[in-house]
Amino acid sequence: MNYYETQSSTTTGPQPLTEAEMISRILAGERDLFYDLIKPCERAVFLTAYSVLKSEADAEEVVQEAALKAYKALGSFRGEAKFSTWLVKITLNEARMKLRRSRSEPEVSLEDFVDNGDSDYTPAVLTDWREIPSESLERKELRETLRRAVNELPEKYREVLISRDVREMNIAETAELLGISEGMVKTRLFRARLMMQKIVAPELRAQGKRYTKG
Amino acid sequence: MVLDCKHVWRQISNYIDRDLDPSVRASVEEHLANCRHCAAILDSTHNILYLIADERTFTLPIGFSERLRARLESELEKSEPASR
Repeated sequence: MNYYETQSSTTTGPQPLTEAEMISRILAGERDLFYDLIKPCERAVFLTAYSVLKSEADAEEVVQEAALKAYKALGSFRGEAKFSTWLVKITLNEARMKLRRSRSEPEVSLEDFVDNGDSDYTPAVLTDWREIPSESLERKELRETLRRAVNELPEKYREVLISRDVREMNIAETAELLGISEGMVKTRLFRARLMMQKIVAPELRAQGKRYTKG
Repeated sequence: MVLDCKHVWRQISNYIDRDLDPSVRASVEEHLANCRHCAAILDSTHNILYLIADERTFTLPIGFSERLRARLESELEKSEPASR
């Protein structure tokens, strides 16, 4: 990532700073810089909160709380990890706490289905598949189908899927963030991906047919 | 090694991540070449992952950045600067 790289500066305009420089200046009292520090991580923290809460409004609230918490704790940030990694972890903890506080919904039935063992698990069996090109994402219907399917996954599978396949973190980073082993990430990912296939593939095939006909 | 469909389904995720031993990978590929059901399962899974990774699928809510910035501005004004 280069956006913080120091460049030779002119006398006007904001000066690009390294993450460490930015943090030092915030700690020295330049509060306004804090948003600039957070700005590049917005999507990552939002998706992290969303992966737990599956509600945009709740995720947004958690991101704001996590950002304020991070500001208050900034003096204890040691710079061993990247700031974004630290902020994402704070966000994940906040989101999980919020979920525990508000949890009234029972565990989703898919959970039982999956934990009954995957040996009898059957994906959506198709005889053929016609690729849905990414341009199709211009259609709201497609975006909603995908989001709804992600929301249908039980929390532990959704967290792994969003970290790995939406945020595109690697296995080791996902394991570190979620506090589980790499083997567990792979197991959950395998199940999450096949669940997505089972939920989404028949729907996308039907949508694809409708759009190619019409 | 001859794999049946269920074994291939178990390997699809690692196959997509290129995280299989060469011998297992070769067996999976051999099965996929001869089983259109499993090939369609792999292709559809791959396609779905490609679509959910696209930034258009999960976007920040409209006004998210502005609201975050406004909240920070109003709260940080009240609070003491973070200190070491």
